[in-house]
Amino acid sequence: MQIDNNQLLRFTTAGSVDDGKSTLIGRLLFDSKSIFEDQLEAIESTSKKKGHNGVDLALFTDGLRDEREQGITIDVAYRYFTTPKRKFIIADTPGHIQYTRNMITGASTANAAIILVDARHGVIEQTKRHAFIASLLQIPHIIVCINKMDLVEFKEEAYDKIIAQFEEFSSKLLVKDVRFIPISALLGDNVVKRSENMAWYQGAPLLHTLETMHISSDINKVDARFPVQTVLRPQSDEHRDYRGYAGRIASGIFRKGDEITVMPSGFTSKIKSIDTLENELDEAYAPMSVSITLEDDIDISRGDMIVRTKNKPESSQDLEVMLCWLNNEAAKPRTKYVVRHTSNEQMAMVKEVIYKIDINTLARSSEDKEMGMNDICKVKLRTTKPLLFDSYRENRNTGSLILVDPATNQTVAAGMIV
Amino acid sequence: MSKYYLNYLDELESEAIYVLREVWAQFDNPVILFSGGKDSIVVTHLAKKAFYPAKIPFALMHVDTGHNFPETIKFRDDLIESLGVRLIVGSVQESIDQGRVAEEKGKNATRNALQITTLLDAIEDNKVDCAIGGGRRDEEKARAKERFFSHRDDFGQWDPKNQRPELWNIFNGKHFEGEHFRAFPISNWTEMDVWNYINRENIQIPSLYFAHERKVVWRSNSWIPYSEFLQLEENEEVVSKKIRFRTLGDITITGGIESDADTVEKIAQEVSAMRQTERGNRSDDKRSETAMEDRKRQGYF
Repeated sequence: MQIDNNQLLRFTTAGSVDDGKSTLIGRLLFDSKSIFEDQLEAIESTSKKKGHNGVDLALFTDGLRDEREQGITIDVAYRYFTTPKRKFIIADTPGHIQYTRNMITGASTANAAIILVDARHGVIEQTKRHAFIASLLQIPHIIVCINKMDLVEFKEEAYDKIIAQFEEFSSKLLVKDVRFIPISALLGDNVVKRSENMAWYQGAPLLHTLETMHISSDINKVDARFPVQTVLRPQSDEHRDYRGYAGRIASGIFRKGDEITVMPSGFTSKIKSIDTLENELDEAYAPMSVSITLEDDIDISRGDMIVRTKNKPESSQDLEVMLCWLNNEAAKPRTKYVVRHTSNEQMAMVKEVIYKIDINTLARSSEDKEMGMNDICKVKLRTTKPLLFDSYRENRNTGSLILVDPATNQTVAAGMIV
Repeated sequence: MSKYYLNYLDELESEAIYVLREVWAQFDNPVILFSGGKDSIVVTHLAKKAFYPAKIPFALMHVDTGHNFPETIKFRDDLIESLGVRLIVGSVQESIDQGRVAEEKGKNATRNALQITTLLDAIEDNKVDCAIGGGRRDEEKARAKERFFSHRDDFGQWDPKNQRPELWNIFNGKHFEGEHFRAFPISNWTEMDVWNYINRENIQIPSLYFAHERKVVWRSNSWIPYSEFLQLEENEEVVSKKIRFRTLGDITITGGIESDADTVEKIAQEVSAMRQTERGNRSDDKRSETAMEDRKRQGYF
């Protein structure tokens, strides 16, 4: 198989069983021949047991025992398929409001989001919620699939009406790239194969769209940021004085000879080498994992960040953050949480809840300041030492953080630095 | 270089290296769970890359059911020597001798489930706080929900409904005394990716993966290798076939497939044309629809 230049595309699908989300994923896997015979047999036998007509494609995506019993998706499940053009990772997440945290989890690493709209019902609260989360998490590409076109006689008017509804609403959101595709996941129209029932639609089917969309610019290649994960000191005869800083480039490009600054200390040096097991590189870019050595001996440890001297991140103890609360236990006022940001760890406190967002109406409330499970709030955060960050909008890797409750060790919140 | 993006294998490799370095940074005493199978071999290869030019900073831990392919054990020992890392062996036979577990009875008896106790004992005895595994999300439906950093309580159990959310690539490995983590650096790889990578990197794997003549018995729709541990049924017959194994586990439950693929390249081609999942030949997964989830909850790999 030719794999040399094939990229990896991660996309998320949010929706409930009623939207036909599981059917859509089942259809993508089935029509791209990514489902194995024994999986198909297992699904066929379950479909029969449940008394369904034919094979229920939705069963491919239901994983855990409870979900199989209740017929709902309660967690993020990952699916994989490969076509001759690309490899795909699907983060399949539930769409109900009580699972906002799972949607956010799935959205956090996605290049693209598929939002399903039922052609009969048009844009509903759930659609708005999904679009809002996609914009909040800055997913670079959004594909609105108008599903169940077979139930509206494949009419163009139904499609146009929903586009108008969506655009009216999405003009208030920060989304860069939105496309609309009329499909029938059940029958397969415009999923993998072009629909013969909708000659009026001139665009590409879903799979072709996913295979060809430009994703190389999804990662920030401008601001060179290298959070140090760990220091490599082999102290062997062969590499007696080797001191390499190991990490994954968060954004941008580093070249041998670059003038760099180590933050927070502020010491400057030059890149002496960029190493991997195979060879020394002249340049390396995000998201490569490498080891960097410097011309000068500087005290550097995990949590420090190597950046280009001429382009530094912000550094502050006071941050404004869009925070999504992920835990059953509501946020406790004036409590110290552990903040994890890049490879850095500090303590932090929520100083103030500025407003809370009603994710169905997008209305902001500055009255209700309690942060419970699935709530999204803009807050002021203060950390014990400065964090080195860029705004999330410019840099997903250096603009994101999580909060951990030291009393339970649970991950309680996800934050996007404004 | 004019392009500034990675192909998907490079991206998966970079992600796995990142995960391995996070494990090293966040835990005091991690180990790699090494079965001698291709996935744990790939993880070990990635660990070599992650810490080069330093040595792999963790031990390899092998849970030995006592029902091994001799080839696997030789492969393991050679690899340990060439890497210069420490080997920890947890022995199911010892667990049986100590009365910690009882051997299953009957025709389909295996030591598969017994490994859970041995594994958890070895983790506790060696004060391991993170066991790195070669599990992949494409293998099985319960594994599709695994995190990169997966929490285990002080009984070694997994609670799939109460997992920590894992966002971006920020991992939370915080835990209390007695609890541990499992880490899965190749979560996002598929069987095909593993073979393409083994091919590209020229990684050595046990000869069992290549087509070879072997004495086998037809049972549960696959060729089970004949060994001293196998109890023959009346109507079963030992025959000689050219087979290879898609996965390696306990010799009593690992089924082979008929094949002529004797190079990694041919295997990769064969796998891309396969219509059955690799675990389709594992009788341990066929016991019930949720066999894997049930075992994983108790602390399985």
